[in-house]
Amino acid sequence: MTETIQSPANPTPIAGKKFSELRLHGISRAYGTHTALHPFDLTISGGEFIALLGPSGCGKTTALNSIAGLLPLTAGSIELDGKRIDTLPPEKRGFGMVFQNYALFPHLSVRRNVAFGLRMRKLPKAEVEQRVNTVLELVRLTEHAHKLPGQLSGGQQQRVAIARAIVLEPPLVLMDEPLSNLDAALRLDMRAEIRRIHQEYGLTTLYVTHDQEEALSLADRLVVLNLGRVAQIGTPAELYEHPCSAYVAAFMGYRNILSLTAEAVDGATATVVGDEVRLVGTLAGAEDGASGVAAGSRVQVAVRPEDFKLAGDGATAAFEAVAEVVEYHGREFQVDALTRSGNRVHVRTPERVAPGDQLTLTVDPKRALVFAEAGEAT
Amino acid sequence: MRTRALTMRPGSWLVWAVVVFFMINMVGVIGSVVLDSFGTTWFNGWTPAGYTGSNYSSAWNEFNLGQVMTVTFEITFLVVGLSLLLGVPASYALARRDFPGKRAVMLLFVLPILVPPIAYGIPLATVLYKFHLAGSLTGVVLANLVPSIPFVVYTMTPFIEQIDPRLEQAARMCGAPTRSVLGRIIAPLLLPGMLAAGILVLVRTFGMFELTFLTSGPTSSTLVVSLFSAVFSAGIRSAQSIDAMAVIYTGSMLVLLVIALRFVNPTQLVARSRD
Amino acid sequence: MSAISLSPKPESATAPGPTKPALRHRLAERGVDRTLLLILPGVIAMAALFCYPFIYGLGVSLQPAKGGVLGAYKSFFTDSFSEGTIWKTFSLAIPSSIINVGLSVPISYRMRGEFRGKRLLLTLLVVPITLGTVLTAEGILEYFGPVGWFNLTLQKLGLVSAGHPLTLINDYWGVLFSLIISGFPFAFLLTHSYLSGIHPALEKAAATLGAGWWQRFRFVTFPLLLPGLLTTFSLTFVLGFSVFPSAMMVGDPDGKTHVISIETYEQALQNFNYPQGCADAMIMTAMMLAVIGLVMGVRSLFYAGSAGGGKG
Repeated sequence: MTETIQSPANPTPIAGKKFSELRLHGISRAYGTHTALHPFDLTISGGEFIALLGPSGCGKTTALNSIAGLLPLTAGSIELDGKRIDTLPPEKRGFGMVFQNYALFPHLSVRRNVAFGLRMRKLPKAEVEQRVNTVLELVRLTEHAHKLPGQLSGGQQQRVAIARAIVLEPPLVLMDEPLSNLDAALRLDMRAEIRRIHQEYGLTTLYVTHDQEEALSLADRLVVLNLGRVAQIGTPAELYEHPCSAYVAAFMGYRNILSLTAEAVDGATATVVGDEVRLVGTLAGAEDGASGVAAGSRVQVAVRPEDFKLAGDGATAAFEAVAEVVEYHGREFQVDALTRSGNRVHVRTPERVAPGDQLTLTVDPKRALVFAEAGEAT
Repeated sequence: MRTRALTMRPGSWLVWAVVVFFMINMVGVIGSVVLDSFGTTWFNGWTPAGYTGSNYSSAWNEFNLGQVMTVTFEITFLVVGLSLLLGVPASYALARRDFPGKRAVMLLFVLPILVPPIAYGIPLATVLYKFHLAGSLTGVVLANLVPSIPFVVYTMTPFIEQIDPRLEQAARMCGAPTRSVLGRIIAPLLLPGMLAAGILVLVRTFGMFELTFLTSGPTSSTLVVSLFSAVFSAGIRSAQSIDAMAVIYTGSMLVLLVIALRFVNPTQLVARSRD
Repeated sequence: MSAISLSPKPESATAPGPTKPALRHRLAERGVDRTLLLILPGVIAMAALFCYPFIYGLGVSLQPAKGGVLGAYKSFFTDSFSEGTIWKTFSLAIPSSIINVGLSVPISYRMRGEFRGKRLLLTLLVVPITLGTVLTAEGILEYFGPVGWFNLTLQKLGLVSAGHPLTLINDYWGVLFSLIISGFPFAFLLTHSYLSGIHPALEKAAATLGAGWWQRFRFVTFPLLLPGLLTTFSLTFVLGFSVFPSAMMVGDPDGKTHVISIETYEQALQNFNYPQGCADAMIMTAMMLAVIGLVMGVRSLFYAGSAGGGKG
């Protein structure tokens, strides 16, 4: 039951109130001794799409709820174009929010759900009608306007939730993992939908997710969080090419994180060994070059599955592994292999591999990132 | 999960004021009785003239409380046992099957909760007289079954509905015959619910007035009915010993309730299943 | 409704031909199988202990000593004393239900969410259920009596003059207080449970859409709570309408609080006029069911589905 998405014929523009910047200064939230969010700084420009990415418990939902005003801050401030808004209750901040379970009012029809915010502002009926109709057309739910949320499918409910948030033309739209309750095909469709709405109407969006693929495809900038702290902020390309820690790398698809020891360091590269593995990799993790890796120090090496190559004999800096589980993925094979000392590596290769095959794996030094082992190893 | 500090706004103050007012009056009502039960004489003024515990012993002897308590507990436990025996299998069937006539059966089980006890108690008492059961323990137990069985059904049915039917299917797939499925899988899962339902019936039967009043005789009265009769019987009975009896009743009820609250949450004490 | 036909043991497939299994399967698809046997004991018990006496009582009520088949009913409505019980009962049941439900709403609203001491407070509010009618009645007689603490306090505060204490007992008010004391915890627990069933995200969503606390209550919480409130009202009304021992002990059973249950009891077990007593019981039941039917009918006009938040 995939829902085909087509662009509406004549999109009527929604003039989102643009602001120039939203500053989060050291916002943090602690419950007694437990700190859910450590002081966190971020400046969002009008029209940006920012994703907060991380596993559950990393503080991303806390950050979102604090910005919405649903949770009070224990420290820090939020300024919108210089005006402090963290002292305002949520009903006065004027941000739109899409909740994870949609939180649609079950006793109101789709139309009245979407109109709710406008009615709270006591706008004239005619204007409410017109704006609701515009947005319903935008999310293509005009035929369902009279139905109750309980009569809609998951994807349709999601669109109602989005419509309800954007009809107010808020300066900021907050989204809390809106796609996590949908099945895979629907998720892809709705992702495109969200992207389209953002591209056409430029509403500044703050989007929380644990799915890195979603974050990479939607965001202008990403904030990766770990246990309440910011791990890295940057554009998708920056995070994808130059993750600053093994934790962030793991999030960006570097599925293999090997704990090894640096044998020698030579400029920007390091030779790492351990557990019958020998690799040459590029030092990563610190912009100023002082990566903290010296001969003998423990490191973590991050490699993408597709960057491991099956080598012929005699290649330098290679190691051996035995293929355990092989999955056929059409144009390539996904292989789980075990090194002789029991480390598990994930490899993607177009070459035909069978379970039990002896593999010699090698990787281009530029594709192996070497991080100093930090306290925040995953 | 999050503990919110109580925000104090004018509306909150008003609400708390009402709650406190209610509590103060409750304490007054209960306190008057308790104090009086320990008092010698108390005709006016803030406190009794003197204090004594003799009211309790005189109440115990005068009203034959030992026998009354025994009878009360006999009746109560019989009602609990029988209503569980009859009600639990019925709830299982209602929870697991949708059959023609189910709504009629549900209606049959809800009526005794909606119809005032006096309204069906009077005809019931008449019938019991016809069968010469009125005034006996049997009669009282039978009468109290009428609201108790529906109560068990309405408490257990949603409980059973929450138990995944696939557990039974899984047991069958493992080769278990029906009696094993019921005995080894279902029964242990039902026990907490049965305990809750049983305790709730216990508390309600202990306090059930009208039905027992209409159907009991001198040897089959429960504590609450004896209390009522004591208040209304002719002759000079000192109010203090009645108060003492009332305090004994409430004390027993409190003990039962405290035990009950360890196993069930307060909402179940009063509510049948939520619509 | 199809007859319940039960084959002895499904394992013994000695049945010839395809017809027997087909019938069993067809029945099973409609939910009719051996499991239904489990229901029989309970249903039989209810039929014997509730339906049969009720019908028997109906029969008895139609055989009064004089006045023809409906003689007992006619005499109830023509006798102003007995007819007056209807008004007296309603005048106790309706206000007490409204007060109980009305008070339970703001108090449960305030007690939503977790806070320290919540369990203790809940327990305290539920304690009055344990007291029992007699202790409550005795307590009301003493506390609210002419020389009880309530009047003494009022006199001390100067609200009431010394020789004229408020007459609260042996009167309508005593019974009303008794109904509130026993009914409020019940209404509160029900309302609290209905309120907790409303997903908190709904109010948060309303807040982000600009609704202040009153608007959130009026447009989101209250409409979702209303069906539950109507149910609570019905159940509280049942309690109030059935009032019996308190009306006797704390009220004025021959006068102002001569409620219908007292009238019924007196006819049956004091006057031994069984037809009249049963007729009164039937009238009582009919009125009760009429009110509940009305309230539930109103309830069905509203959205009474899940308030869990609308997950896909």
